[in-house]
Order: sequence, then C-alpha cells, then structure tokens
Amino acid sequence: MFDTSDAPVVTLEDVSVAYGRSPALKNVTTSFAAGAVGLLGPNGAGKSTLLKVLLGFLVPERGRLRVLGLDVAEAALEIRARVGYMPESDAHIPGMNAVSFVAYCGELAGLPRVDAMQRAHEVLYYVGLGEARYRNVETYSAGMKQRIKLAQALVHDPDLLFLDEPTNGMDPKGRDEMLELIRDLGHNKGLNLVLSSHLLPDVEFACDHVVVMDKGAVVAAGPIVALKQPRGQVFELRVKIPAGELDGFLDRLRAAGIECHATDEDVMRAFVPGEGGARDLFAIAAAEHVQVRHLRPSVPTLEDVFAKAVGEE
Amino acid sequence: MPIHDQGYRRYGGGRGRRGHGWAVIAAAGLRTFLARRVFLGLLLASWLPVIVRAVQFYAVVNFPQASVLAVTPDTFRQFLDQQTNFVFFMTVYVGAGLVANDRRANALQIYLSKPLTRSDYVCGKLAILATCLLMVTWVPAIVLLILQAVFAGNFTFLRSHVYLMPAITVFSALQVLSVSAAMLALSSLSKSSRYVALLYAALVFFNIAIFGILRFITGDTSLSWISLPNDLAQIGDAIFRVPLRFATPWPVALLMIVALLVVSGLILERRVRGVEVVA
Repeated sequence: MFDTSDAPVVTLEDVSVAYGRSPALKNVTTSFAAGAVGLLGPNGAGKSTLLKVLLGFLVPERGRLRVLGLDVAEAALEIRARVGYMPESDAHIPGMNAVSFVAYCGELAGLPRVDAMQRAHEVLYYVGLGEARYRNVETYSAGMKQRIKLAQALVHDPDLLFLDEPTNGMDPKGRDEMLELIRDLGHNKGLNLVLSSHLLPDVEFACDHVVVMDKGAVVAAGPIVALKQPRGQVFELRVKIPAGELDGFLDRLRAAGIECHATDEDVMRAFVPGEGGARDLFAIAAAEHVQVRHLRPSVPTLEDVFAKAVGEE
Repeated sequence: MPIHDQGYRRYGGGRGRRGHGWAVIAAAGLRTFLARRVFLGLLLASWLPVIVRAVQFYAVVNFPQASVLAVTPDTFRQFLDQQTNFVFFMTVYVGAGLVANDRRANALQIYLSKPLTRSDYVCGKLAILATCLLMVTWVPAIVLLILQAVFAGNFTFLRSHVYLMPAITVFSALQVLSVSAAMLALSSLSKSSRYVALLYAALVFFNIAIFGILRFITGDTSLSWISLPNDLAQIGDAIFRVPLRFATPWPVALLMIVALLVVSGLILERRVRGVEVVA
C-alpha cells in the first residue's frame, strides 16, 4: 500500500496537453496531497483532461506525471491496478446485472474470481445498491448509475480514487448520500481520493485540500482551511447607487485592493485586505457618494477562494 | 441509518498476475453468450451437418451399397465449405456488438482504467468470436475425423491422409482469424450493433455480387481476389490439396487476407481508446 504520510499521491511537472490545436492543460505544475483533495474549476477548466492524463488515456505533449510514486509514462498498468476511476459520463458493461458487472471489474483489476464476487456484494451494499444488485444496470436510474460507477471503482480496493463529477444528475438526497460516502472513504477508510467537481459545496464538504483550475492552468492549491484563512476581512455589502455607476464603484474598490464579487442575492461579497476592514469600505463609499445599505462581517468560504482564484466578479 | 453503515473493508487477499485481462474478457463474453438461447440454437443448428456426415461415415463402413459416399479428403473440404453459412450467422450474431455495445455504453473507459492494455481488450474480444467460430468449424471437423476412425475401426484413412488434421487446423484458423478481425474492426466503427450487422452482411454480399458481375463480363475467374470469401475458398482449396476453383493464384488470395488483417488492426488501433478525441 502507498505510504499515506505527507508525500503527495500525485505530482505533475510542467504538463501540457492539447486536443489538436486547442490547449487543454498549459504547463501545469502541482501536486495532490494524501487524503481527500478536490479538483475544482468551471466547466472546460481541464479537470477531466487532467484525470485522463493521469490514467494514461491521453499522452501529454510535455511534462512528467507521477501517481503513487510511479511514473505514468513507465508504469501505467501498475498505476491502474492501484487506482479506481469513476468516469463522468454514464459507463457500464452492457448486458450485465450490477453484481456481475462489479465482480467483472474486480477480475479485470486482478482479483481472483471468488474474491471479486465477494467484494462486489460488499461494495454494492456499501454504496447503497444492495437490494438492487441483481438488476440489469441498464434499468438503473441516473443516481443508481452514479453509485454503481463508484462501486466498480472501489471493488479492487484502490489506494487512490479518481472521481469525476460524482454527483452529476443526482437528486438532492442522493447527492448528499454520495458526498457522505466520499467523505467517509476519504476520512474514515483511509483512501486517497481526487474529487473533480465544479460544485464548490461538494468539494468543501468532502475534501481537506483543493486544487483550483481555470482555462487549463492551476490557479490555486492548498489546504482548504489555509486558503480560507483570511488575510483581511470578508463583508457582505449592499449599496444604493445610481444606475450605470456600479462598475465605476467596483473599479474604485479594486483599485484599493478590495476584491468584490456578486452572489445569487443582491448583496456583494467584498474581501478587504489588511487591517482597515469596514472603515476602508465606508471611506471609499463616501468618496464615491454611494450609500451603504447593508454591511455585515462574513466568514470566508471556498467560494471566495474560487472566485478570487479564477477572477470572477 | 446512513447508507455507509454496511461498512467498507480493505481487501487483504491476493491479486492475480498481470497480462491475463484478455482471458477474463474472453471468459466473461463466452459465459454471456452460452447463457443465450439464440446462441445455443445457432450452435445446435451448426452441428446438424455433423450428424448427417456421421451417418454418412457410418453407412460407408457398414453398408457396401453406400460406397458411392466414400470418405475422401474432399469430404472434409466440402464440410468446411458448408459451415461457411453458419460462420456468417455466428459472426453477425456474436461479433456485431462486441465493441459497438461497449462504445455505446462508454465501457471502454471502464476497461482501460483497469490494468489492461488496448491489446488485452482487443485480444479478449477477438477470443470470444474466434472461440465461437471454432465451435462451428474446427471442432466439428476434428470430431468428424475422429468419428471416421471410430466407425472404420482403424487409422488407415488418417494415416494415408496425415495432412488432413493440420489442413483443417490451418484453414479453420485462417478463416476464423480473418473473419473475426474484420468483424471486430467493423464493430469498432459504430455504436449500433444492428448497423454493424447490416454493414457486414452488405459488404459480404456486395463483394460476392461484384465478383459475379466481373466474372460475367470477363468470362474468367482471375479477378476472384477482389472477393474475400473467394480468397478464403481459394486458400482452402490449396491447403486441402484439391483443384483450385478460381484462376487467381493462391498467394494473391493469401495476400488479400493479410491486407484485410492489417487494415482491421489499423482500424482497431485508432478506434479502441479510453477517450475519444475530437480535435
């Protein structure tokens, strides 16, 4: 088993990948710590491409990749024997019921037939498909298909799990249960996992570390707690401002080093660096003749980290 | 109760040696087909000619009036010729979905995320179809050869035609390999097994029809090499040392079969991938 001490489970050095002339990963250098790591980024950021390169599905144009201490270019099969992969899209072996499918995947991963069958039953119970394990996979709902993809990735007891958008297409209850499973695997069962998702709450709930990607590059990485650690203060802010002048106000805030981005509601989240805090905000608002209608200190979230990293407003 | 209360245990057992992934794929595929009634019916039907031939062999030995049906090397050549129809149906039934269904269900990324190479995958799928085809060609032909010796009560026929067993083996292997590779390549081109089945049937009949037209126009059979079923027949005649049925030299026919295998391999190399890249 891989030593789960402080050594990173995945490292990338200057990795570039392109689909034809379209670059998908640009000089990516990063590492994934042991434990549960979120791979966060908007659609098209290069998350799935990164996982496919790590599995050897795609060959990078440049760079070196190591998984569990092994070089992907030299030991791809050995890596795949120790890695479980849950793909993003629906994937199954046609014509099989769930237990046969999962056992078959175990056999493909090198387990003896009897052990593979026993493990298949166990992991199907674990992922919540125990009662439906003799049903043909093609009759499963979207949520059940997600669970069985997790089961086939787990059956051979991998040292590292790659989960590509594991909550896609699931209802809220199913999504919560899937995240509970992932959190349990990462925190209680000693598995290392990389959770690729564009959903901040999923990563924040299930992971301890995060790697944020945008446009094929890593824009932030580290422990979530450390990234959320305020090097300033975060405020919820609502202002009254004449129509058309908001952009000017935001530019003025940015010029003062205050990151500001909109939320779903009509409030903005403002990140004020240094010790000035609310005083700085009020001073700028007064100078710009903007009425502050609501100002409340807030706790930094992963969303703030993400927004800051990818430069969203 | 949270659903993970059933627990997850680390696996402490042994793991098999690597490189046997193709055998796992082949065994699972064969188990799947052997559980299907249509497949068993097709297999049973393909063995009916064996029963007819067995009766023939028995009659020749026990009834002097049946001496006109005497067993010759050509008997086995004719038998394998007859089995060509079953080879066609078996190829379509078993082979059409082998890769197409996996592509439809995105199964390739499941397979290739395991410790398997693309060659393991292709060999495993090839082994499924090849085994099924050998069950309608090589196995019944060898059974007939054994039955001949059993009914005759001696090995005189086998001794005087010692090349028959290798001939049956070589011809069956060539036929099965070329047909399986071609079907697997076609199966990798689509996500619909029905479309693949139609494509295969259309290619076979189109091939034969084109040759028929050219034969009618030119008045000879020197262009038989354009039809792959004819190439196989020509090589079969050469292997069984019976008169060649077409004017094409058998090495040319063999060259066509080799070309088919190369093209099939190239198609499979391009189509069997863990990720489809549309650049």
